[in-house]
Amino acid sequence: MALVSDAISHAVLPGIVLAFLFSGSRDSLTMVVGAGILGLLTTFLIEFFHKKAKLQSDAAIGVVFTWLFAIGVVLISLFAGKVDLDQDCVLYGEIAYTPLDMIILENGNLLAPKAVVVMTSVLLIIGIIITLFYKELLLTSFDPGYATAIGFSTAFWHYLLMGMVSATTVASFESVGAILVVALLIVPPATAYLLTDNFKRMLWLSSLIGVIASASGYYLAVWMDGSIAAAIATMSGVLFAGAFVFSPTHGLLKRKLVRAMN
Amino acid sequence: MSSFTEFFSFADPNVRYVTIGAVLITASSALVGTFTFLNKKSLLGDAIAHAVLPGICLGFLLSGTKNPLYLILGAFVTGWLSLYAIQYITTKSRIKEDTAIGLILSVFFGFGILLLTYIQKSGNANQSGLDHFLFGKAASMVAADIITFSVVAVCLMTLTLLFFKEFTLMVFDRNYAVALGLPVKKLELLLTSMIVLAVVVGIQAVGVVLMAAVLITPAAVARFWTNSIRIMFVVAAITGAFSGLAGAYISYTAPSMPTGPWIVIVISTLALASFLLAPTKGVLNRFLKQRRFRRTIQDENVLKVLYQLGEGSKNFYIHRYAEEIIRKRNFNKQSLMRSIQRLCRQGYLEKSGELCSLTEEGKNRAKRVVKIHRLWELYLTTHVNIAPDHVHEDADTIEHFLTPELEADLERILNYPVVDPHKAEIPY
Repeated sequence: MALVSDAISHAVLPGIVLAFLFSGSRDSLTMVVGAGILGLLTTFLIEFFHKKAKLQSDAAIGVVFTWLFAIGVVLISLFAGKVDLDQDCVLYGEIAYTPLDMIILENGNLLAPKAVVVMTSVLLIIGIIITLFYKELLLTSFDPGYATAIGFSTAFWHYLLMGMVSATTVASFESVGAILVVALLIVPPATAYLLTDNFKRMLWLSSLIGVIASASGYYLAVWMDGSIAAAIATMSGVLFAGAFVFSPTHGLLKRKLVRAMN
Repeated sequence: MSSFTEFFSFADPNVRYVTIGAVLITASSALVGTFTFLNKKSLLGDAIAHAVLPGICLGFLLSGTKNPLYLILGAFVTGWLSLYAIQYITTKSRIKEDTAIGLILSVFFGFGILLLTYIQKSGNANQSGLDHFLFGKAASMVAADIITFSVVAVCLMTLTLLFFKEFTLMVFDRNYAVALGLPVKKLELLLTSMIVLAVVVGIQAVGVVLMAAVLITPAAVARFWTNSIRIMFVVAAITGAFSGLAGAYISYTAPSMPTGPWIVIVISTLALASFLLAPTKGVLNRFLKQRRFRRTIQDENVLKVLYQLGEGSKNFYIHRYAEEIIRKRNFNKQSLMRSIQRLCRQGYLEKSGELCSLTEEGKNRAKRVVKIHRLWELYLTTHVNIAPDHVHEDADTIEHFLTPELEADLERILNYPVVDPHKAEIPY
């Protein structure tokens, strides 16, 4: 399913642009709704073409997300004057500007950067959903057949999960851009997957890895004077490479050692 | 209309360059992409497209110039490296291929963007234009670009033609190709180089993100119109070329419109239309076919019930109420009425008021269905050794689909039996 999240992160673009046009501002809620709708539409279209038109699933993903992304880019150039979004921002975000966009309280005090508030709420919501429905999500991700057999609606949990992916994507969109959010969605779990066999521990580890990648990425970006989001993606790749080689359970070195000892 | 004639007269050299460039890129990418599509590795093209970015930046950083040779060389290196890394991760760890693709794609691209922003802030005067690789610059192509594109396109097309048989075999059945003694490793290297080459020139026209569409969407379109691989390649190339042309035309009529995304929208629209409307494989046709089958089954079941009722009373032409049919077999009242109407129209039933009865043709068709049902039940019990109380369901399905040839065979094999396992008479 890893590449469906890749597809969603690209395909939410027209949703964001349309939400922008309707609300006329970078109001986060409308954007989340617009992107959420597009995210679910993407998932639906991929499955529709795969199941009903019998298109192979890799091609279904590729066709759907490029189509929606192209529409998004065209919408941006069509309404270039009205939409305060540009192509660079779409690709790699503007995390460096988050402190400039503060939420201002009525008495004139600054509360916190808007992105921080939005991301905190997304984190809380996702944390709550995962804690509450841990069992259902686990079961439907690992064994959809069994889950259906004992009466869970696989489709519902699937779309809930994809809805969460869309929400995270759009919330991170302004900060890290459409493509780099994929690095944040895929790389930390893949790294954690190499480090543990316990699913709960994998969830914690992958968030920890995400945090480490962000912090170290920030310093890398400052040092190189480059894009922060891109540096975070790079660092997450470095962490993955580390786990790939040195993981005590599944690492390359460990395998080599085991083979040498036998 | 004037812009149409203006555009297609190709008097403006700029129009000529853009159009030729777009058509060459889309057509040759479509050819190469068809192989990745058939290999079920459509998203590898997407990964390569993202992974060439750090190579382009490194090529620029190391050489200090924007000489396309260095940039393409760098792009080649990281493009290959990404493919190799995906393969390595998939074979050497428990990470699955799609995760590996997403991982390599985003990390390489992130690194590329990091380098790009680093270059942009380093104040190198030469750097402007590197970001053309991100979104493409189809609309500002010049004569020099066209020469590069033509060379690459001709190379790709020639290689596709030369190694068509080998590539096809390899893509469909790699093990068989190995067994035949083909140099599969070398061929794979050649094919991946071709993909990397197509991507490296293609992203200059449509950009990193949309490159995947130029590679695989024409193949997806072609797959819906043909089962022949040769025709599929031709259709894919034509689809690609057409969308290149259309994209160039659209951005000519509306200069603020980016060419690359429009090329992709045109291909994708063709793809959506094909998925829905293509004969035999399209969604619409599948739906209609299914509905036709469902109706045939329902209609024949209605005829069968009337025939069975007729058997009981020894007269097949008695007029009956719909309720009598429902009492014998539980049809939905509405769909039963629709069935009866259809059957009346086709001449299998006669209606007088609320009542309906079989016609001569109706009786014959029902008789055939009942005969096949009972023959099949007998066949399953005598030749397949299935218990007589388990054969009914299967016979209920086959009775609608058995061809006259098989029907005759069945009669012969069973030697024209008189009764089925349930002692019901088999009508001839």
